[in-house]
Formats: sequence, structure tokens, C-alpha cells
Amino acid sequence: MAADQDKAPRGGSFLLEDVNPAQVFTPEDFTPEQKVIAETTRRFVDEEVLPNGEQLEHQDWDLTVKLLRRAGELGLLAADVPEAYGGLGLDKVSSSLITEALTRGGSFALSVGAHVGIGTLPIVYFGNADQRARYLPALASGEKFAAYALTEPGSGSDALGAKATARLSPDGRHYILNGTKQFITNAAFADVFIVYAKIDGEHFSAFIVDRSSPGLTTGPEERKMGIKASSTRQLILQDVHVPVENLLGDPGRGHVIAFNILNIGRHKLAVGCVGGMKAAIEASVRYAKQRRQFQRAIAEFPLIQQKLADMNIRTFVTESMAYRTTGDMDRELAALGGSFDGPSAARAIAEYALECSADKVYASEALDFVVDEGVQIHGGVGYIQEYPIERMYRDSRINRIFEGTNEINRLLIPDMLLRKAMRGELGLFPAAEALQRELLSGGHLAADGGDPADPLAAERQLLAQAKKVFLFVGASAVQKYMQALEGEQETLAALADIVIEIYALDSALLRAAKAVWRGESAGAGDSARNQVEMVRVYAREAMERIDARARQILAGMEEGDALRTQLAVLRRLTRFEPVNSKALKRAIAARVIAAEKYVS
Amino acid sequence: MNILVFVKQTFDTEETVVVQGGRVSEDNVRFVLNPYDEYAVEQAVQVKEEFGGEVTVVAVGQERMEQALRTALAMGADKAALVEDDGSLDEYGVAKVLAAFARRGTYDLLFAGQATVDGASAQTGPRVAEELGVPVVAAILRFTLEGDRAVVERDMEGYSERLSVPLPALFTAQQGLNEPRYPTLPNVMKAKKKPLERLTLEDLGLARERLLGRTATVECFVAPKTRQRRMLQGSPEAQAQALADELRRFVLPD
Ligand SMILES: Cc1cc2nc3c(=O)[nH]c(=O)nc-3n(C[C@H](O)[C@H](O)[C@H](O)COP(=O)(O)OP(=O)(O)OC[C@H]3O[C@@H](n4cnc5c(N)ncnc54)[C@H](O)[C@@H]3O)c2cc1C
Repeated sequence: MAADQDKAPRGGSFLLEDVNPAQVFTPEDFTPEQKVIAETTRRFVDEEVLPNGEQLEHQDWDLTVKLLRRAGELGLLAADVPEAYGGLGLDKVSSSLITEALTRGGSFALSVGAHVGIGTLPIVYFGNADQRARYLPALASGEKFAAYALTEPGSGSDALGAKATARLSPDGRHYILNGTKQFITNAAFADVFIVYAKIDGEHFSAFIVDRSSPGLTTGPEERKMGIKASSTRQLILQDVHVPVENLLGDPGRGHVIAFNILNIGRHKLAVGCVGGMKAAIEASVRYAKQRRQFQRAIAEFPLIQQKLADMNIRTFVTESMAYRTTGDMDRELAALGGSFDGPSAARAIAEYALECSADKVYASEALDFVVDEGVQIHGGVGYIQEYPIERMYRDSRINRIFEGTNEINRLLIPDMLLRKAMRGELGLFPAAEALQRELLSGGHLAADGGDPADPLAAERQLLAQAKKVFLFVGASAVQKYMQALEGEQETLAALADIVIEIYALDSALLRAAKAVWRGESAGAGDSARNQVEMVRVYAREAMERIDARARQILAGMEEGDALRTQLAVLRRLTRFEPVNSKALKRAIAARVIAAEKYVS
Repeated sequence: MNILVFVKQTFDTEETVVVQGGRVSEDNVRFVLNPYDEYAVEQAVQVKEEFGGEVTVVAVGQERMEQALRTALAMGADKAALVEDDGSLDEYGVAKVLAAFARRGTYDLLFAGQATVDGASAQTGPRVAEELGVPVVAAILRFTLEGDRAVVERDMEGYSERLSVPLPALFTAQQGLNEPRYPTLPNVMKAKKKPLERLTLEDLGLARERLLGRTATVECFVAPKTRQRRMLQGSPEAQAQALADELRRFVLPD
């Protein structure tokens, strides 16, 4: 088993395989060092960022830069940079804990995030030795800051449709860049921009561009709905001369960099959302305990408790998914022998591109849900700027848009799965065939009750059924549409939703199972209870949504008897016994109210 | 200078205390290095930085204490030791364990926090000093070394006292003694390579039954909030007067 635990699972394999809980990384597995790192970050946020919150929201970029430098002194900007280039070369769990802790401090976190993530990582993973040596030490220490310029006014989701151009100067020493980049985070103060442009209007490529280059200017600050502490501007390039040494990666291979970096960005975004959700729960439960109506604290009303329980459960699920993916990345990177840079590391991380997209979509929508309910708990004052929940509500919305819109990420998920299946990396087709035979044999589909001593036996079974539902409707859709599937966006997005729900439930369930197992071996037992209860409620709610999506897919494909036959199969797969989620949610809410914060 | 610092991991003071099954629940609680111990560690590290030497930190308790020790190592301590126990010993037992550990080496200076934010007895430091037969000054606010003596100050409610103490001696740190540094990430990573020794009570030649508490916890409950409300009545002038009187009673008792 020890050897087993070191082996990272293949991306997407959660759809087919039953995973041993011992193999899944959970927040209960943080090491003492990782906790100290989170604590240092938290302290920085509490003592230096939050007290400046108002001024940061008013876009005092000098203050932003000062705090960024301070973050640099503490080492918070160096996590993902290898030691050889002045960084710390930390594992992704540590780096994720920093990201999560920073989001408590509002959108200053995005100034850090864009710098250490999409700004710096292109050089970490795709820079040559000279570029890394020239740029990384200053970026890791906080002497210089980075930004990432991919989007243009005419190309957002369709990133490869960029119009910015690069042409080689007659003396062959420079690329001359022209174009306009849109919505560039950190543009107000960044020293280094990763700019995508097409060489000769054709070959999509990435360049490292210094702010000091003549011809480089930025537009006025965009007036945004939220994340106001973060700078967003156009980047305008007029005959900017970029030394040929600053071409990042090979000419015409910019898309490899762009997509790998976005992928990591999605993962970081998901982890960041976890921090945002925890902050929103804290603000909401505190308010609910203090606000009195009808002679009692509103926290005593079951409808408020239901909201707090739902908020807590979504946060638990998101946290379970995001850190599971992180742990898998770390194991995959460790298998490379601890080399945390270069294209091979990027490839290792890309193994989990599907999980990163699932995490991004799930986390951004969970955060929206949590802040929305948070505002509701606050009532009228939730709509008033004095209360932090108002800012959280506005700040949340962007997460569904950047790092690939949730529509784009949804479309990517079935696409990635099919590719993996075609390449034979993932046995989706054989599994679908086996299921087909099982269904035809008309046997008893619902597996037996499982181990009666297992507190999660029913939920495990639900999960197994959910995986079958995916295979069943997925295979039906592939057979039905064949090559035309690409145009069936509604079906693809619904399939993606099922995949995301499965990954979410799988991650939450494995985490709770690990807590039970640990609790038993530690002779405790009570610590896991909350997690088990959350999974009991959540598994059924997830199954209802999966069922709804599956019906929608089937009804869009078939009609009449064919449809009825398929729906009959679906019903056999999605049957389950309800639990008393009313009572369970009250119990979960009671814990949130007692602790005045998110409880896992 | 050979310096020993006694530390403990405690609840973050921002945490809400939840009593469950007659004890304070540790589920979902964020633990930190006891804030007063931070001053103690910082002082030890400053002395080392100025005069050279070595700083050892030691804790008694559960596995989770490792995080507090790692924090102290990241702040600049050189070595750490965890004497493993289930965390149920009271000050009497803990002091005996810490003293036994201290006797294994020779230390010029010993530091502890003036109290922990959980137990809050302020006894552990003085008890250890008593066990070891060394002088102790509690709750110091200033520390300097002058030759083989330490000159320390403490706040006496209205005036300060300066004391000159021969070494070895034990001092407990009060808030304000210094500005504890953050454990920066590079230092956290360096701390990972510093030695952390794990010991059992037997390793220190101690029998647990002889350490058991002289106190017994009879009950554990959350103190009810006593919030008094009084509506002031009368004309605005009368209300203002009543409010001022009320406030004066708080600001200037008697
Ligand atoms: C505050 C902020 C900060 C940003 N920071 C950066 C940054 O630092 N660097 C950077 O490069 N970019 C940045 N962006 C840009 C961001 O990544 C894009 O806005 C995002 O990718 C969406 O592109 P778009 O705005 O052009 O929308 P569009 O692509 O025009 O999308 C509009 C709508 O159409 C949908 N849509 C698009 N294509 C399809 C399709 N094929 N099928 C179905 N639906 C589709 C989308 O999902 C969306 O709902 C930032 C944006 C904002 C608002």
C-alpha cells in the first residue's frame, strides 16, 4: 500500500476507478510546515492587508506595490519558483495554502495571484536558462512584478484569434510588437508582461516584454463591478522592440504555453475561491448570531441554519476537490524527481487538466452561491457597502469569467475525456461496453448494500451509480452524434456537469471516508461525523442534479419508445432512498454556529 | 549562551471556544504558537544573534505541538524537542517534565511565556525555575545582558521595576517585550532541516503516575454572557448625565 500511495492516479480515472481513500490527499494531511506557511500568510493578511482594505479598494497602487514587496520579503511570492532561481521550489499544496489564505484579504490577492501565477509561471515552465536567470530572481523576491497579456478586444475565449503581431527587425535582433491587449491584471504597475502575438501575423508565440520598452503604454483603469483592489487595464504596444532573446518557447508554439498556464491558473482560482467561501461563511454566521428579529438571533431560525449548512457543505466539497487535485499534482511532480520547473513539470500538471477545469467551474459557482446566500443572511445591510459581504458578492462574479469562462471550461471537459479515451489512456469505451452488457442482462443494477459497518455504504453506492449514469448517457451521446457531437453544446455541457458532480462527490466522499478511517485508528470517531453527515446530504442532492442532466440529455436525443426505454434504464440507476436532510443540515449548522466559521 | 525556551501550542485567540462532552473541542480549531511564547522565542533568538550560542525549544504534549516547534525553529531557534504526552498533565506535571529536560543540558538562560492563552495559570515558568533551583522573574518587558547578569524590567501597575539577576535564571515574557518576527517562508524551509527530537517520559526517566495532576477538572462549561441592558430615561440632559455617571463608574472605579 505504501508504494500505492506514492503513485498518482491518471487524470480522469476517477470516472472509472474506485479510489482507496488512503491515496487521496485531504486538508487533514497538511504537514506542520504547510500549516506554518498558511499561518504566516494569514498573519500577513490580518495584520497588513485587511487593515488597508479600504485604501486598496480605492486603487492606491503605491500601497499595493508596497504590500507586494512585503509579501516578497516574507517569501510569499517565491513558492512556485525553483530554488536555483532564487525561489523556494515548494510543493503545490504549500503554494495553494498561500493562495487560499490570501483571498481572505480581498482582491489584493489577485495582484499577488496574477504575478506569481499567470505572470511568473510562463518563465518558470517555458523559459530557457538565460530567461529564467534574468527574470525569476527579481520576480520571486518582489523586486519586479509580472502580468499576463493574452486577451484582446477582439479575442477572449477565442484566444488564438489574437491580432497582435510580431515581426523580426531587419537586423534580426528584435521582434517588433504591435497590438492591443485587453483587461490585463496588474497592468498599472507590472514591470514584465508575458505578451502573446503572432509572428508575421501567423505564428502564435509568447514574448517577455519589459515595461520600460519604448512604445509600451497602458490604458486607463477599467471601472469594474468588483475586485477593485486589482488593477485592470489595456496594454498598448506600438512598435515595441523586444530582443529576440525574449521570445518564450519556440516560435509558433505559444498556444502550448497559453493553455498550460491557464490550466494552472484554473487550479489556483479554485483554491482561491475556497478562501473566499470561508471568509463569507465567517462574516455571515457572525452576523446571524448577532442580528435579532422576533426576539431572537436570526441564527436560531431553521431557514438561516439551512443556508449556513448549505454554504458549509459546498465549501467542504470544493476544498476536498481542490486539494485532492493539488495532492495529485504534487505526487506526479515528485515522480519526476522533484524538478518543479521546465516543460516536463508543466506536462505533469497538465495530466490533471480535466480536474483543473472541473475545480474551476465548481469552485467559482460554489463561491457565487455562498456569497449570494451570505448577502441574503445579511438582509438589507448585505446590500450596503459597510458590510464586507457586499464586496465579497461583487468580487465573486469574475471567477466564472476569467481563466476560461465556465462555458469554455465545460466544453473542454468532454473534449479532454474523449481525447484521452481515443488515445487509449482512459478505458471509457471498454467500460461503457461492459455497462451495456450489464444493462442488457437486466440484472439487479443496484449493487448490494456494501459493508454494513461502513457509515458511507449507501453514498458509495450512489457514487458508483452516478459513474454508471455518466457512462450510459455519455456513450449514448457519442453513438448518437458521432462527429457532430461538437455542435451539441448543450449535451456537452450537461455531460460536463455530470463529470463535475462526480468528481465533487467522489472527492468529498473519499475525504470523509479517510476521516472515518483515521478517526477509528486514532480511537476518536467524533471528528469524522460532520464530514459523514455532509456527504450524506450532498450525495443525494448531487444525484438529483445528475439525474436531471441525464434526462435532459436523453430527451434531447431520442423520443417516443426509444426515449422511454432509456429513461427506464436511467431510473434504475438513479434510484435512492432519501435521508432526513432537514435534521442533518440543522446538525451541521449547529456546528457552524458554535464555531462561528466553516467547519470541516 | 545556551538558551532553552519552553513553548506550547494553543488555540488562536480569535477562535470561538466550543465545549462538547464536558471538554473544550479541538475540532476545526486553528492552533498557533502561544502568543506569549512568541516573545520568549524572539528574545532568545535576539540574545543568540547578539552574543552567539544556541537556542533549544521544548514542548510537552500531543503530536500537533510539532507545528509550534516548527514555528519557533523558523523564527530562529536551532533545535527542538517534543516530549510526547496526551496533553492532560497539569502545570505540576508539565513543570516536572520540562525541568527534567532542562537538566539534561546546561543552560545559561531559560525563557517561557508569562502564561498560555488557554490554561492561563502563569505557573509553568515559575514552577520549572523552582524545580531547577534557579531565580525567576515573571512577566518581563525588557531584557538586556550585562556580563554574567541579566537586567530586566517588569511593569508593576503604575511603575516599573528593574532587576539584576545572576545567571542561570528563568524569565517569563510579557506582551511588549519585543516585536516577534514572522516565520518567513525561507526560514520555514530551513527549519525543516533543523533537528527535532522526540522523547517519551521514560526517556527522561519519569514515571507518569508520579506526574499526575494535583488538580482535577470537575466541570467544563462556557461562562454565560452577563450582558446588562438599561434604557436611560428622561430629558436628553438627564440621559446624558446618567450616561456620563455610568461611564465614570467604569473609568474611575471608587
Ligand atoms: C477583471 C478582469 C481581469 C482579467 N485579467 C486578464 C489577464 O490578466 N490577462 C488576460 O489575458 N486576460 C484577462 N482577462 C480577460 C478574460 O480572460 C476574458 O474576459 C475571458 O477569457 C472571456 O473573454 P471575453 O471577455 O472576450 O468574452 P467572450 O469570449 O466574448 O465571451 C462572451 C460569452 O460567450 C461565451 N462563448 C465564447 N465562446 C463560446 C463558444 N465557443 N461556445 C459557447 N459559448 C462561448 C462565453 O462563455 C461568454 O459567456 C480579464 C478579464 C477581466 C474582466
